[in-house]
Amino acid sequence: MSYPGWEVVIGLEVHVQLKTQSKIFSGAATTYGAEANRQACAIDLGFPGVLPVLNQQAVEMAVKFGLAVDAQIAERCVFARKHYFYPDLPKGYQISQYELPIVAHGHLDISTDGGETSKRIRILRAHLEEDAGKSVHEGFEAASGIDLNRAGTPLIEVVSEPDLRSAGEAVAYLKKLHSLVRYLEICDGNMQEGSFRCDANVSVRPVGQEELGTRTETKNLYSFRFVEKAIEFEIERQIDVLESGGSVDQETRLFDPDKGETRTMRSKEEAMDYRYFPDPDLLPVVCDGAFVSSIRDVLPELPEARRTRFMASFGLPAYDADALVAERDLAAYFEALVAALGEDNAKLAANWCLGELTASLNEHNLDVAASAVTPDALAGLLKRVLDNTVSGKIAKDVFAAMWAGEDDADSVIEARGLKQITDSGAIETLVDQVIADSPAQVEQYRSGKDKVFGYFVGQVMKLSKGKANPGEVNRLLKSKL
Amino acid sequence: MTNALHTLSVSELAQGLRDKSYSAVELAEHFLARIKAHDGHINALITCTENEALDDARRADAALAAGTAGALTGIPLVHKDIFLTEGVRTTCASRMLDNFVAPFDATVVAKLKQAGVVSLGKANMDEFAMGSSNETSYYGASRNPWDAERIAGGSSGGSAAAVAAGFAPLATGTDTGGSVRQPAALTGLTGLKPTYGRCSRWGIVAFASSLDQAGGFARSAEDLALMLGAMAGFDPKDSTSAQQDVPDYLAELAQPLAGIKIGRPREFFAAGLDAATGAAVDAAIEQYRQLGAEIVDISLPNVGLSVPTYYVVAPAEASSNLARFDGVRYGHRADSPADLKDLYSRSRGEGFGREVQRRIMIGAYVLSHGYYDAYYLQAQKVRQLIAADFERAFADVDLIIGPTTPTPAYKLGEKNNDPVTMYLDDIYTVSANLAGLPALSAPCGMVEGLPVGMQLIGPQFAEGRLLAATHAYQQATDWHLQRAEVAQ
Repeated sequence: MSYPGWEVVIGLEVHVQLKTQSKIFSGAATTYGAEANRQACAIDLGFPGVLPVLNQQAVEMAVKFGLAVDAQIAERCVFARKHYFYPDLPKGYQISQYELPIVAHGHLDISTDGGETSKRIRILRAHLEEDAGKSVHEGFEAASGIDLNRAGTPLIEVVSEPDLRSAGEAVAYLKKLHSLVRYLEICDGNMQEGSFRCDANVSVRPVGQEELGTRTETKNLYSFRFVEKAIEFEIERQIDVLESGGSVDQETRLFDPDKGETRTMRSKEEAMDYRYFPDPDLLPVVCDGAFVSSIRDVLPELPEARRTRFMASFGLPAYDADALVAERDLAAYFEALVAALGEDNAKLAANWCLGELTASLNEHNLDVAASAVTPDALAGLLKRVLDNTVSGKIAKDVFAAMWAGEDDADSVIEARGLKQITDSGAIETLVDQVIADSPAQVEQYRSGKDKVFGYFVGQVMKLSKGKANPGEVNRLLKSKL
Repeated sequence: MTNALHTLSVSELAQGLRDKSYSAVELAEHFLARIKAHDGHINALITCTENEALDDARRADAALAAGTAGALTGIPLVHKDIFLTEGVRTTCASRMLDNFVAPFDATVVAKLKQAGVVSLGKANMDEFAMGSSNETSYYGASRNPWDAERIAGGSSGGSAAAVAAGFAPLATGTDTGGSVRQPAALTGLTGLKPTYGRCSRWGIVAFASSLDQAGGFARSAEDLALMLGAMAGFDPKDSTSAQQDVPDYLAELAQPLAGIKIGRPREFFAAGLDAATGAAVDAAIEQYRQLGAEIVDISLPNVGLSVPTYYVVAPAEASSNLARFDGVRYGHRADSPADLKDLYSRSRGEGFGREVQRRIMIGAYVLSHGYYDAYYLQAQKVRQLIAADFERAFADVDLIIGPTTPTPAYKLGEKNNDPVTMYLDDIYTVSANLAGLPALSAPCGMVEGLPVGMQLIGPQFAEGRLLAATHAYQQATDWHLQRAEVAQ
């Protein structure tokens, strides 16, 4: 979407739930979906007399993230209390970080123009904090329920600089971030369950204007589509307001997914004074060089590096490399496939990973790890494509059979008689028959209508039930016509 | 069995239990009977847990019979009602928690239970420990056993009144700005606030987290040494508790006084100190000199800023710590709230008393946008200066001595209308909290029939030295043996 005369400025705040075993300041479990308030201990419930104790695993995960976005890890960071009253916030304050976050000044590069160019998005900071509980409004009469299972779940809030210039860039950044935190195994990335959610700061300004326009913050965007829709709605709304001579109010807005629009939640006048101050119950967190190095040593290969390697070692186009590395398990699947097929066949492997495999996974709503066809099994099939036992088209049928639970590729090909006809004599008979049956088309072709050639190929393949070797069919048709 | 069990020291009581002169149940019954007889007047306890106490006592008797008893097995005690006690109402002397039954024991409570003490009940206090006279209690003020028209001090006034009235030989307290030492001084007891981090804060309803510390009341340094040994120690549930071994405080009582250097800060003897109280403290200093200590004049130049600093830091933290009392999950909840805001404002408006509300307002103000730097941040800087004063002083001296309070106990109601005057009562005590140092008050004289106390302040983790110096003084004097008539 483009808005002539206007420049869009977007910054994102992303809440990434860390997949620690227990909560950030208590020993309660963090598993999603338990019966309400069964995963909330006295600490999570904000009882009198309780004290927080920091979960070291959460610190390690935050540092891991910081290193992955090439950020500074604070040698000493401090937890602060952020105060507001809400029933799902048991203590009346959220333990967060304010002046001294654990991670600052990193960046994430996003691909634009279908992967041909990249753009650097600066990350201002990422701080550790605890999640709040949830208010439940359904199923209660004249009241609301409070579920504090989520209270105390560790989060990092990743705050970007206002470097994004369109809803598309915002989504690209968000997807990149989503991929990264899953690579790092610090977040399960489940957006529906709220493990990865986003607030968007959006403003517009006339092209050429230095000063930033007044921004709004839209809260609680928990799907890529919502982010895109909310931002686009907000851009259009702000431009409309400004073009009709009005001014944008600095405010917090809420996205309504049903209506696809944003609406005012809190005006600037109602903005909260959070009365931050350092939490006296927690000591400053010290991340010394040795600790940071120990985490750097166990960092996995990051998507960016993997993408570069896939392009350099396997000669993959940027688009394929981007798509393959987006998910760590998919990239691993691809690598296993390449290992079995040889690097020369990397493009074939990529096509299958991004084609049939991804399509089947999507259709059955499965993760790569749960694929019904293993990389070895797929390699077995693709070897039969490479040695001309089956055509690519037939291979898709074999794949479907394998997905449905049949044996390895060879057995399927054997059992169903799908072996490609490579015998020139047999194919020649079919070719002769098609030519004999199609005098009109032969006439057209010979008078220069090259396009008719496809018709002959189609007829021969049809006669062979798809099993004729396409190369041989082409060669024989050309010579006979 | 003697009728005067309440006049015996903890060691004597423990000896009597071991000798089978009386059982732990009999001992508990003796003190429970005294509570029944006199607490209607003194108002030291909010809750008397007679049944639980007798259960504890029976367990203690079993341990005594089995030969597994320790030095505190069967010794009765009361807990300030700020300590969570599992299954027992824990009110913090507030209407807000009038109906609150604690789901677990505070670490200090658990440790003392482990040591075999018998808890008789929960002691009165200023509401949420905010006050110096016990008059902010929702349950009415504790009275001073020496003169029932006068305050027992605060905030741990009920604990002090209980020990001074002979309801228990020991009591726990908490000290955020003097809440153990001041009532100890006003009721003629020995009261200790340990180093910040020495005792776990887990299970203590937080007032000001960076200042709060559990402490105790006893009749002597010796009794306190026994109690502190059982209370102290690192607790993984409190990130601010110190990973420091707990010494044998009883053994440390033998540390000699000779050669010890005691500093006398001139700022503690300036205008505002009642002449007779000052004279009693100077007499104690003279006693120390005679016992072989060297007395040196010192200066703590920034200590005069302690009260204003404290009354920024403490309310700031309190306003935050008390935000959880919102009527949603536990505690007082307003009847039929119109909406969420009404639920909050009426639950809190009804549940909190005036002094608590005042401090929440002060705290919210000093933390608010635009004022934070001028108040909270500035106070933290001054706090550093005060701590640095002590650090400099302790480079030269081993202990610091001065008065605990400017005057003996005043009359109930006397300062009710003037919070600032009441805040100034904390002038000698708050600096130790701001600097995180251990400090102790011990009786050192009588002024017009009322006890007055001296305060000893030590460097971090010098509790053993404080107790030893007090013990040496108590071996040479008998102020700590004086008893109010009700406790005779």
